[in-house]
Amino acid sequence: MTENTIIKLNKKIVQNEGSPVRLYQQVLKKIDNIEDSLNAFVTITPKEGLAQARESEKRAKEGKLKSKLDGIPVGIKDVFCTRHIRTTASSKMLDDFTPAYDATVVKKLKDAGIAIVGKNNCDAWAHGASTENSDYGVTKNPWDLTRVSGGSSGGSAAAVAAEECIFSIGSDTGGSIRQPAAFCGVVGLKPTYGRVSRYGLIAMGSSLDCVGPITNTTEDAALVMETIAGRDEKDATTVEIEVPKYTEKIQNSIRGKKIGWVKEFFQMGVDKDITEAIEKAKKIFEILGAKFVEVELPYAKYGIPTYYIIQTAEVSSNLGRYDGIKYGFNAKNSDNLIEHYFKSRDEGFGAEAKRRIMLGTFVLSAGYYDAYYNKAMKVRTLIKKDFNKALDKVDVILSPVTPTTAFKIGEKSQDPLQMYLADVFTASINLAGNPSLSLPCGFDKNRLPIGMQIIGKHFDEESVLNFGYQYEKATEKEIWRQYKPVTS
Amino acid sequence: MDKYDIVIGLEIHAQLRTESKMFCTCDNYSVGAGPNKNTCPICLGMPGMLPVPNKKAIEWTYLLGMALGAKVAEKFCFERKNYFYPDLPKAYQITSSTMPPIIGGSVEIDDNDVLKKIRINHVHLEEDAGKLIHPKIGEYSLVDLNRAGTPLLEIVTEPDLRSPREARIFVQDLRSILRYLGISDANMEQGNLRCDANISLKPQGQKELGTKVEVKNMNSFKMIERALEHEVKRQEEILSENKKIVQETRGWDDAKGKTLGQRSKEEANDYRYFPEPDIPSIEPNKDNSIDLKEIKNWLPELPKEKRIRFETEYSLSKQDADNLTSDLDLARYFEQTLAEIPQVAGNDEIKKQKAKKLANWLITELLAKLNGQGISILDCKIKHQNFAVLIEKIDSGKISGKIAKEIFSEMFVSGRGVEEIIKEKGLSLISDEKEIETIIRAVISENTASVQDYKSGKEKAFGYLVGQVMAKTKGQANPQIVNKLLKEFLDKE
Repeated sequence: MTENTIIKLNKKIVQNEGSPVRLYQQVLKKIDNIEDSLNAFVTITPKEGLAQARESEKRAKEGKLKSKLDGIPVGIKDVFCTRHIRTTASSKMLDDFTPAYDATVVKKLKDAGIAIVGKNNCDAWAHGASTENSDYGVTKNPWDLTRVSGGSSGGSAAAVAAEECIFSIGSDTGGSIRQPAAFCGVVGLKPTYGRVSRYGLIAMGSSLDCVGPITNTTEDAALVMETIAGRDEKDATTVEIEVPKYTEKIQNSIRGKKIGWVKEFFQMGVDKDITEAIEKAKKIFEILGAKFVEVELPYAKYGIPTYYIIQTAEVSSNLGRYDGIKYGFNAKNSDNLIEHYFKSRDEGFGAEAKRRIMLGTFVLSAGYYDAYYNKAMKVRTLIKKDFNKALDKVDVILSPVTPTTAFKIGEKSQDPLQMYLADVFTASINLAGNPSLSLPCGFDKNRLPIGMQIIGKHFDEESVLNFGYQYEKATEKEIWRQYKPVTS
Repeated sequence: MDKYDIVIGLEIHAQLRTESKMFCTCDNYSVGAGPNKNTCPICLGMPGMLPVPNKKAIEWTYLLGMALGAKVAEKFCFERKNYFYPDLPKAYQITSSTMPPIIGGSVEIDDNDVLKKIRINHVHLEEDAGKLIHPKIGEYSLVDLNRAGTPLLEIVTEPDLRSPREARIFVQDLRSILRYLGISDANMEQGNLRCDANISLKPQGQKELGTKVEVKNMNSFKMIERALEHEVKRQEEILSENKKIVQETRGWDDAKGKTLGQRSKEEANDYRYFPEPDIPSIEPNKDNSIDLKEIKNWLPELPKEKRIRFETEYSLSKQDADNLTSDLDLARYFEQTLAEIPQVAGNDEIKKQKAKKLANWLITELLAKLNGQGISILDCKIKHQNFAVLIEKIDSGKISGKIAKEIFSEMFVSGRGVEEIIKEKGLSLISDEKEIETIIRAVISENTASVQDYKSGKEKAFGYLVGQVMAKTKGQANPQIVNKLLKEFLDKE
């Protein structure tokens, strides 16, 4: 396991053994060495980051560190607005867009003293499961450079796995934190909808978008959550529920606790290696004293179609503002307003954004609304009830994150439907709003990371982190924990 | 020509005068601000920005609902109305017509003593768009987003109105209610009260409604009545020729005095409404942040209640009470001035007498001046106390009606006190009988012919002689004393 965890680095900084400036320079050196082949960033910000690291160093010397995150180099997915730093959503549409404001999550991290490394690559507008939809090129998988890093937060997961930053902030609308985390062998948490502010996150599916950390360990995820979670007056969907001291709570034993097991999940075309790895994890949880209970999620199989109706509906509306009038890409030589709209949006958006705008426009149109959007909203309620019912019986549910490990670049990019199915185990959880932690649980025969997810009750991030941390501790000595990406 | 029934329903937009905009903290008052100065990333629709609803705007929506006797919906949802236009920065307007906050309610209008209840279908809350400016020179348009995000109430009536006149009266009454509640400036000329009408005709007695036409761009009460009268005529002509009305939107062109077609039903947008995911639905009976009981306490005396009280408490005619209460500020001015007249307290009879006099002065003199100069009662320079003194001086015969008007004019311009003006202009009334006797003697000796006329029974001559006395004193002689003494003198001769 890497030495580059926030917890360990913070200890060194506190004891003045580690210097934030030196740490930041190490990260920059790593980027110098591998970024050309990895492509995990759209924008790198050494000037801003070094200045922040120097401030941290000053505070460290004076013993006035702001938090455990003070001086830690961080990547931010390029869908989060960063004040005076270009923010593109990995789309040509926003190639020259520099916000005048920080997303709440960025502001909270800045207040905690982080040093920003740059803006992580992702699928344009977070549409995708491979970063192949980025207008700035694909982010490769640090374990095999011919494979995708997953998506949409592929740049974030790859950068953390390759140690180009210590942690990153991603967004998860249908699996965009958990799937790339699984593909890259790192930890990703999708918190409960409403747990972390979306203010300043370039919206994809507003009722589904969740903001969360991508880290090397569960403990780090717990630590970052302590900083970024909580009610934000600028996001009306955030909830006033106290944020626990996750780093303390995860130390609790899971003895006697119950884990839900969904049999059908493993009959949905999951790779043999993945099934075996998760069954092994099951045994470890049992050794730790947890009990497995079979639960059913009968409506989960409608997750993908339901998700692709609601999400595209919201996308079609959320992307309306990119119209070539106020900011962003602006087509030249239009004869009139309508032509200007058509040209700006035609030239500025890529194929996937257009596909989703068209799908979403269709499902909301008069005459189709009831058959599609309205019906999907009803199924969504059923899926939500499914999860609530199952989680009434157990503390968490254990599930695969993805049916396969990281696929080859180009393997699915010509077949949108295959790409959409990469979200089969993740999207229904966004529909239900529950928190879910994706963490490594082994490797397949090609030595590609395998992830599993631990799904919890609404606002019970504490439990998913607790189970994840106890599993991590119990498997510390496993041989696969020694494996290193090809970028190291 | 056949006889037709007119059916009109209205959609009225009223901007709320909250301090901040509907979904951001920008100042809601942009008068005098340069273009796009009163904006922020949220109302500019920048990437990643989220709307946070203005609590006051929601509370005021409920307040209007209570004033209309409507039902507060158990649950209301903001939703998105999607369309592209440069004055709409997000490419969707946040509105709430599908699950509105207020359902039902009514306004009772009074058309020449005929009372009629006009039902409200619903009231919903939404945001206003920005403005486009099309310069006369140059092939471009400019966008000003200062108005974007201003809270807007849309009040939708049932098709209960039966004439353009009723429609105009309804909007006037609704404006009074909005102003009494203090939630909107509700000024049509300034665009913070806007009215669209759906109007159709059907043969008298027929049940089914005819094809409706939506009329827009009526920017004053007069325009509402004129535009709808024109539209009635236009539709009558079409129907009487056995032609069909086209369902369309027509704009009122005030200069041309007619409505012009804007777009037909086929060209109408599909707005792709869906629930706004960025704002949780609002359930006022469950949601702790909305206190309906507290809001009910905010309900003031409404225009109709005040008018009825003025009629009983001050014995005013319905017409006078209506005139005074049509404008809350005028009603306040009236009551505050009346309270400054000393004998009023504790004596109902005197209060009623003085109220009648004051009402006359306010309605005939003050309103004429205010309206003539386009000034609001709030900007009237005459202090309540000074107006009270003026009324007192007239009542006690210390000044004549003519002088009172002169003093009033001066007060209106300068806002100075009554005594000050009387002193400066030498306007105090001559009540000294000896002084008046001297003048009467002079007038009698100079007008022997008229004196003869009077004696031979011509009553008119008396009036002429009074006029001569008044002329000699420049109107300052106390007319009652002049009358009395002149009669004595003439009868003596």
